[in-house]
Amino acid sequence: MATHSAHPFPKSSAHDLPFWRKYIFSTDHKIIGLQYGITASFFLFFGFCLMMLMRWQLAYPGQPLPVIGTWFGDANMPGGIMLPEFYNSLGAMHGTIMVFLAIVPLVFGAFGNYIVPLQIGAPDMCFPKVNAASYWAYFTGGVVMCYSFFVPGGAANSGWTSYSPLADIATEGQTWWLIGMVCLITSSLLGAINFIATIVQLRTKGMTWFRLPFFVWAQLVTAFLLLLAFPPLEAAGVMQLMDRLAHTSFFLPSGLVVSGKVLEVSGGGTPILWQHLFWFLGHPEVYVLILPAMGIVTEIIANNTRKPITGYKSLVFSALTIGFLSFIVWAHHMYLTGMGTKVSAFFQTTTILISVPSVIILTALFISLWGGSIRFTTPMLFALGFLPMFGIGGLTGIPLAFNATDIPLHDTYYVIGHFHYIVAPGTIFAIFAGIYYWFPKVTGRMMSERLGKVHFWLSMIFMNGIFLPMFIQGMAGVSRRWYDGGASYEFVQGVIHWNVFMSVSAWCLALVQIPFLINLFWSACKGKKASDNPWDATTLEWATPTPPPHGNFVVPPIVYHNPYDYSMSGAKKDFTPQNQPVEA
Amino acid sequence: MEIPYTVKTRPDTGLFNAKLGIWLFLASEVMLFGALFSSYVLLRVGSPDWPHGSSILNVPLGTLNTLVLITSSITMVMAWASLVLKNFSKFKLYMGLTILLGLVFLVVKSFEYGAKFHHHMFPKESVYLAIYFTLTGLHALHVIGGMVVNAYLWGPGSKMWETDPQRFTNRVEVSGLFWHFVDLVWIFLFPVLYLL
Repeated sequence: MATHSAHPFPKSSAHDLPFWRKYIFSTDHKIIGLQYGITASFFLFFGFCLMMLMRWQLAYPGQPLPVIGTWFGDANMPGGIMLPEFYNSLGAMHGTIMVFLAIVPLVFGAFGNYIVPLQIGAPDMCFPKVNAASYWAYFTGGVVMCYSFFVPGGAANSGWTSYSPLADIATEGQTWWLIGMVCLITSSLLGAINFIATIVQLRTKGMTWFRLPFFVWAQLVTAFLLLLAFPPLEAAGVMQLMDRLAHTSFFLPSGLVVSGKVLEVSGGGTPILWQHLFWFLGHPEVYVLILPAMGIVTEIIANNTRKPITGYKSLVFSALTIGFLSFIVWAHHMYLTGMGTKVSAFFQTTTILISVPSVIILTALFISLWGGSIRFTTPMLFALGFLPMFGIGGLTGIPLAFNATDIPLHDTYYVIGHFHYIVAPGTIFAIFAGIYYWFPKVTGRMMSERLGKVHFWLSMIFMNGIFLPMFIQGMAGVSRRWYDGGASYEFVQGVIHWNVFMSVSAWCLALVQIPFLINLFWSACKGKKASDNPWDATTLEWATPTPPPHGNFVVPPIVYHNPYDYSMSGAKKDFTPQNQPVEA
Repeated sequence: MEIPYTVKTRPDTGLFNAKLGIWLFLASEVMLFGALFSSYVLLRVGSPDWPHGSSILNVPLGTLNTLVLITSSITMVMAWASLVLKNFSKFKLYMGLTILLGLVFLVVKSFEYGAKFHHHMFPKESVYLAIYFTLTGLHALHVIGGMVVNAYLWGPGSKMWETDPQRFTNRVEVSGLFWHFVDLVWIFLFPVLYLL
């Protein structure tokens, strides 16, 4: 393969394809990655907008929303005042859109698609057409979810977890939610198969398992989680669809009373079944959100400390352990259902166990900083910001792992604060880090460091402004589902003044994304030109032309080195690319 | 650059791409049906009056369908083996039989469904009927999916035998793996729903 000196572009290359084949129905993993990225960014913004609307109601309950309040129609916000049903829809759809349509497609669909084949030295994904099908299934799911806002009764309003029996008897939006979820599950199934097959089969010559960059390992474990954890939710979705459309009673107990009347169904089902099936997906899903983020951060920390990652193998084995354990922790979301103390004891043990590999990863990344000559570039700032934010998110999870401490905290803002620290200033910071880091490879231009630093520091401040007070409110007992932010509950009057502070922080967070958007579009057109390897990095994605052509590599690369061979003794430069031949 | 190992096996993994792909797909299918079987167990354990399957369903017809599917699995293997032995007309015969047996299975199944509907036994009547129709319905969808692929490989798709016989044999093998899985699911479904 090394002597493959032929033409860089074979006959079937993308150059002579018409526009719609090249950019719309493309099978090139890089274009599909960008499609995922752009679509998911739109949903990220959309989901954020839903939350900003809710934050108005929480900060100023029952007051008309100025200026835009009347845009939402009398069915949702008569006179600009939000109705409870609309608030519930916003909450359910914020969660659904952020998890399934924004974050997972960004870290897995976008970054995974674009970077994984490059980092393993492959010409494309294993199954390019399946890859395209995966994107279009995702796109369809997104359209269905958006459409559900316009059906009678509005979008799904039973929470993002769609607990039955509430979801069984909810308005039509719930049916569309389920149909949308089936599309999204199909999409991630196709994606997961493709990622695993690609990583197993298409590693280039010399790319042994322990020469894989940690980002690829993280994506591999993520793909296994998606492959095996999503189907049970599909099964649950099918059963809930049956309950709603064929009037079965999978999740409906006998004698259920709704609005004072006994529901006319056969009964005999159990609502707990839905919870088990949902959280069997739901908990691995948490690691789907965080593992690729850890992968991105690892790449950037190695590159910007100019030294190898401390404990690379520990990272790999930790990721694998997380992958395994994440399948046996799900019922820690269900302590309040009265499963019995023995079951609870089992799940609190496994939950505490899974914190060990997570702490190993975080510790290895912290130790990697030690003694490095750190370059404080914008991607590095976001990667460094990730570490303490993920740390706060992880540590605040420990009281939720224990049965006794979880019960008073269950369904309060403490839980919201906990998992948002992991996903918002955690994963989203990693996403920003990844965008700043790989932007020059995608566009051939650098992003502005000055705007990037403004973006980082202000985002850091306002992220914490939103989520830190949630711990205070949660410990005082503010429930996550209250529509008035706690105004009508006497025992939380001491902490609800934080609502205004948090809402203003959220709106400010939206404003400080403006420098980022300017940076993104301005740099794409006018930014400083970047070389093929502007960060002096070692991994293979930087060994391609910029932007990488269809087929990626001019000559199939051969790998001789570990992924993070920075500052090797005896080397001429402070980085040794993986494909640099060993001198005899 | 062409994508490697689409036809040939990769030496260190011993697999061509699609074979790994179908095994991964089947792993996710195991989780899908596994979740439904687990739900069956949970619902049954929690139920005070779970009916005996044979008191509601037609066991002889179910047995017949079990035999039909097992036979179709054998003809599926024969179809693939014929290609390995470079006997294309035998392949056409056995693949055709596989598709026909799939059709027989669906016809028998639709008679069973029809009889249930005739007696006003709908999914909404009880949790037992709900899980019966959900499991067998999902399984029937898988049978249809397998038949569509097999019909393509029997008909227009078989032209590939002339141009790329190795790749075509691989395709039949992959389709066969899926067909065996569908058969295997029924082997579990039949006793769980009809006999227990």
